[in-house]
Amino acid sequence: MDHHLILRVVTQILVAPILLYGLYVQFHGDFGPGGGFQAGVIFAVGFILYGIVFGLRRLRSKFPDHVIHKLVALGVLIYAGTGVVNMALGGNFLDYNVLSPDPVQGQHWGIIAVELGVGVTVFGVMMAIYYAFAGRPPSLDDKDW
Amino acid sequence: MEFNFDLPFILGHLNYWLFVILMLTGLYIVVARGNLLKKIVGLNIFQVAVFMLYISMGKVAGGTAPILTGTAGEAYSNPLPHVLILTAIVVGIATTSLGLALIVRINETYGTIEEDEILEMDQQKGQSELDAINKAAAATDAQGAASKK
Amino acid sequence: MELILTSLLFLALVTTAVAIALVRRLFAVVMLAGVFSLLSAMLFVLMDAVDVAFTEAAVGAGISSVLMLGTIALTARSEKRPTHYSLVPLSIVILTGLVLIYGTLDMPNFGDPMSPVQTHVGPDYIQRTPTDIDVPNIVTAVLASYRGFDTLGEVTVVFTAGLGVVLLISGLGRRIRRSRREDKAPSKGAKN
Repeated sequence: MDHHLILRVVTQILVAPILLYGLYVQFHGDFGPGGGFQAGVIFAVGFILYGIVFGLRRLRSKFPDHVIHKLVALGVLIYAGTGVVNMALGGNFLDYNVLSPDPVQGQHWGIIAVELGVGVTVFGVMMAIYYAFAGRPPSLDDKDW
Repeated sequence: MEFNFDLPFILGHLNYWLFVILMLTGLYIVVARGNLLKKIVGLNIFQVAVFMLYISMGKVAGGTAPILTGTAGEAYSNPLPHVLILTAIVVGIATTSLGLALIVRINETYGTIEEDEILEMDQQKGQSELDAINKAAAATDAQGAASKK
Repeated sequence: MELILTSLLFLALVTTAVAIALVRRLFAVVMLAGVFSLLSAMLFVLMDAVDVAFTEAAVGAGISSVLMLGTIALTARSEKRPTHYSLVPLSIVILTGLVLIYGTLDMPNFGDPMSPVQTHVGPDYIQRTPTDIDVPNIVTAVLASYRGFDTLGEVTVVFTAGLGVVLLISGLGRRIRRSRREDKAPSKGAKN
């Protein structure tokens, strides 16, 4: 994609707002539409756009495979870990009331933690899948399209 | 069962019938088309039609999206189908990508992603293996007969 | 007004789906699938499911198209012309459709506030969310708190599917096997 100057410039401008929007969707999910599932996908889309335009190698050097693979597991651990913390504090598994002296505040903390876990796993899985598909040597040449 | 097919009944059920039509288009692509990638797209269409059926059941006439507005007496659509389908969409893309990964592997092994050709190759391979087994069995039979002599 | 919009969107959706069935260039198929996702997201908005519409637009039109294009780049560009035509699939599909439509006749009218779906847990969640959890978005409250266990399962499914893809095509298995072989025969491994 070295010869597509417009695409490269537009991508450079777009990537940062996309990532910012992903964060907004992640942490504003309690108030408006959004949440971990959408935020993970949007965050991954920002990186995938970068990878498509600037090449997979450049993206991989910034974000190596082993980091992504750890993120995939980390999200599930954050989610399940929140439940285990609740149990340690004397509540039921994934019952967030005990996270704070005020049960409603505890629910807020629990939802934020759980949504973060969802977002991290979805982001990691989408990136891992993209790496897996884009990393294979293609059978079609660019001109065949 | 008795149904009176008046206008409210038809208008109230029209969307279900439209979903069924959409679902059938997806089903037709899955069963009638030989290309594996197209089958996956067909499955996606089928899936989206099922999602729509679920979401439409949660809709309340005159209701609004289930985000609390603070106004008393506001009618909200049912949030439960939304939750179920939201997670189902993300699980759907994850399983779709698993299917696509299998297609990539099939293409590497068979050199094609057309169902007919793959089946033909499998049959030929099975036939040649069968021939080899038969030949080996015949050879051992002949050997056995020779040793008896 | 809503009925007209819904019908128009449906017409567009069915046209797109039929076009997907007919077109043989896979690139066009993938693009049409993206169009289909966006149209269905609009329909979800009309049915008050904003969260679902959001997800469908991001996933269906974004990630899904990228992955399918990646698959095309690794496999083939166009579908081969079918060698034989058969009426069996069509008749099976039409039969299924008739059965399904017969099944919908029992269902409550679209948007009926007194239907069984609206009279069990749904209103309960809407009533209890302001006092129990106090977040405006009820969908988030149900997703993360009331049905947190369910969502944990869904996240695990996503995790497992991702793991499956990585093991199938990312070459990780090959790398692990190679490193094991090098461990067994360290003198040969020096070549890499």
